[in-house]
Amino acid sequence: MRVKAFGIAKEILGNSSIYIEPNMVTTVRQLKDYLYERYPEMLHLKTMAIAVNQSYATDDTNLSEEAEIVIIPPVSGG
Amino acid sequence: MTSIEISSIPLSVTDCYSMVSTPNGGGQAIFVGTVRNQTQKKKVLKLVFEAYTPMAIKEMQKIGLTLEERWGALKVVIHHRVGELLVGDIAVIIAVSTPHRAAAFEACQYAIDTLKETVPIWKKEFFEDGEIWVAAHP
Repeated sequence: MRVKAFGIAKEILGNSSIYIEPNMVTTVRQLKDYLYERYPEMLHLKTMAIAVNQSYATDDTNLSEEAEIVIIPPVSGG
Repeated sequence: MTSIEISSIPLSVTDCYSMVSTPNGGGQAIFVGTVRNQTQKKKVLKLVFEAYTPMAIKEMQKIGLTLEERWGALKVVIHHRVGELLVGDIAVIIAVSTPHRAAAFEACQYAIDTLKETVPIWKKEFFEDGEIWVAAHP
């Protein structure tokens, strides 16, 4: 599945999106653990939220290949 | 009427005021957020704003809805800039029209405070000796 990123998360990934085999992660919690393991710099962020289909998702949200999945580092608009 | 926009061209206070001006409104509160020339005594050269636009629009719409439901807002404008901004440039405009003044102030304050917490927009500050994503780290 395709996971997109913005802001500092994009810089940590070194790309605006990464591909993860769908069987590797099936929930938001697992995706976060996957990211923390492979990109330890994510652990230093104040927060890291995951948006699924353009809404903030809870850790127990299931992920699917068709979903729009985006890493949301701490926002700083305004 | 709610006008929500993520814009790559300069924002206009006059336009936003016209959009919230209405005969049944007794008070219009407008918040204008601009680029400051320093952060913690470091000179700011420029800012770059980036947005996850479709979700940012949805989150801004939620704020607009809350202003209508909780404060009886008659008209709401939430416009945010993206791209490169220099000192003094307008980053955000929130305009709200309500029948009476107290609700206009409260609604406007709620809107900017909530935008800063929930809307997926990111700001990078550029200094003479480097750059940082604002608020990324504790």
